[in-house]
Amino acid sequence: MSSTLAHRDAPAGRTEQKKARAMTTSPSPKRARSGPVADRLFGFFAKGAAIFTLGLLLAILTSLTISAWPAIEKYGLGFLSSTAWDPVQEEFGGLVMIYGTLATSVIALLIAVPVSFGIALFLTELSPAWLKRPLGTAIELLAAIPSIVYGMWGLLIFGPVLSEYVQQPLQAALTGVPYLGAFVSGPPVGIGILSAGIILAIMIIPFISAVMRDVFEVTPPMLKESAYGLGATTWEVVYKIVLPFTKTGVIGGIMLGLGRAIGETMAVTFVIGNFNQLDSLSLFQAANSITSALANEFAEAGEGLHQAALMYLGLVLFFITFVILSLSKLLLAQLRKGEGAKS
Amino acid sequence: MMSPEVRAARAAMFAKRNVVNKIATALAMGAMAFGLFWLFWILWETIRQGIGGLTLATLTQMTPGPNEDGGLANAIYGSVLMVLLATFVGTPIGVMAGIYLAEFEPKGWLANVTRFVNDILLSAPSIVIGLFVYAVVVHPLHSFSAMAGVMALALIVIPVVIRTTENMLQLVPPGLREAAYALGAPKWKVILSITLKAARTGVITGILLAVARISGETAPLLFTALSNQFWTSSLGQPMASLPVTIFKFAMSPYENWQKLAWAGVFLITLAVLGLNIAARVLTRSKT
Repeated sequence: MSSTLAHRDAPAGRTEQKKARAMTTSPSPKRARSGPVADRLFGFFAKGAAIFTLGLLLAILTSLTISAWPAIEKYGLGFLSSTAWDPVQEEFGGLVMIYGTLATSVIALLIAVPVSFGIALFLTELSPAWLKRPLGTAIELLAAIPSIVYGMWGLLIFGPVLSEYVQQPLQAALTGVPYLGAFVSGPPVGIGILSAGIILAIMIIPFISAVMRDVFEVTPPMLKESAYGLGATTWEVVYKIVLPFTKTGVIGGIMLGLGRAIGETMAVTFVIGNFNQLDSLSLFQAANSITSALANEFAEAGEGLHQAALMYLGLVLFFITFVILSLSKLLLAQLRKGEGAKS
Repeated sequence: MMSPEVRAARAAMFAKRNVVNKIATALAMGAMAFGLFWLFWILWETIRQGIGGLTLATLTQMTPGPNEDGGLANAIYGSVLMVLLATFVGTPIGVMAGIYLAEFEPKGWLANVTRFVNDILLSAPSIVIGLFVYAVVVHPLHSFSAMAGVMALALIVIPVVIRTTENMLQLVPPGLREAAYALGAPKWKVILSITLKAARTGVITGILLAVARISGETAPLLFTALSNQFWTSSLGQPMASLPVTIFKFAMSPYENWQKLAWAGVFLITLAVLGLNIAARVLTRSKT
């Protein structure tokens, strides 16, 4: 050990002690810069890892934009409203896939939101204490099942059941009825927008219900007890006290589920039918989504415009989920901020 | 005091409120049953169909051609190899970034922006990660490779590990850190041997969850690692993985392929749910 090193270490040690005494919850930011070499190196790596994560987002955006550039240059924003998709003629437009993505996600939300609300209500207000944990875990496990399992189950088990017990009776009952009939035309084979939407709903229920349960639990018990004390029923407490209090959080949770539904790939690819045409509004019609088009076509797409068009779709997908997830995060953060003020 | 009409109106209103409440609670229970119904149906079919297709050959033989005998050995090997490598690559970056967020400048702009971006990456579509790795690795090198698959999976590991590491470090009582600083320990030592050690179980839980997540991921491997009909240990070549093989086999019309796909689905579900439950047990025993 050289004397200079020891000399340098001594004052550093003393300032450290002083700082430790002054420290309350988090060490001051200056500490990382003033420490000895090992400290500075460690801080450098930690900061580097954080910057790496940040850079990842920018790198994804940049590389997708560069790869998609031939398609962006050729079609511009018209890409989003064109239904052409012909790899042979090299004509591309994304509307069919964007429609498929949005339609399946909307169906998923229509089913998942009320169900998740019911599950959160059950877990926070109705369930006996000893059942809360196992039931909550069971619902969370739905999120853990890999999407490929949903896909295969959806294609080989759920599809035929849906076709026989839901689609065929619905078609028999509604064909010929104005407006409604259009939604149920097409072959009732259990593949298409409706089955993709239902499977997406099952997949996002755990995400939405987990957020709803968590935000319901932050409602101050005092508020709920006051309402119960005035003779309100369980439903009135949830609907008139808990829900208004946690509104932003609930919407944030729904957005999170929507983001998940839009980005889900494998389950949708199995059951949507991968059909690149948009000629009816039928929910039974095979269709395509952004993710399933990518999953099915990308590896085989030749370099050039086809690949660029798929990259363009990927960029659109990333942009949509980015906006939705940001909104979700902002709403949830707002609820957390309001918590202190209201209670 | 109260006229009979008012009393009757009150009773009617009370009855109505009660009915509404009963319907709402019944619907909530129905929703719970609805959620559980899918879980059990999916698990039941996975077990029923999966056990049927599972034989010793499934674990020892290579993926077959249509209507031939074979197993999933190379796909299982590929999956295990890529998942392990991706965990080894992704975990240190995730843990370090988590340390930065919790221990260095928890309220600085960089930490806030990173936290925001990380939450986005956590829920971002995994197929986009596949596109990204294709654009920066596969395309310039002109070949699909297991290495690219590992990179794609590692990029999915990172946000999961960052999130849990940060959360777990925040739970460590400040007194522990202060005591270590008071003894004159440098910051890196305080973090590595005090706070990180105290949060160890939580961090391991996060890593287990990340492993569970990437074990089932298909989309990021489709155009990075692609697939391979043969056994390979070379990271420079396309490599088979269980999810991609299931995808290929399940969509095919061949019966033996579908059978193998079910066996694969069973194995994957078993592994992923097992990891999830292990992670839960770990966190529970700690608290």
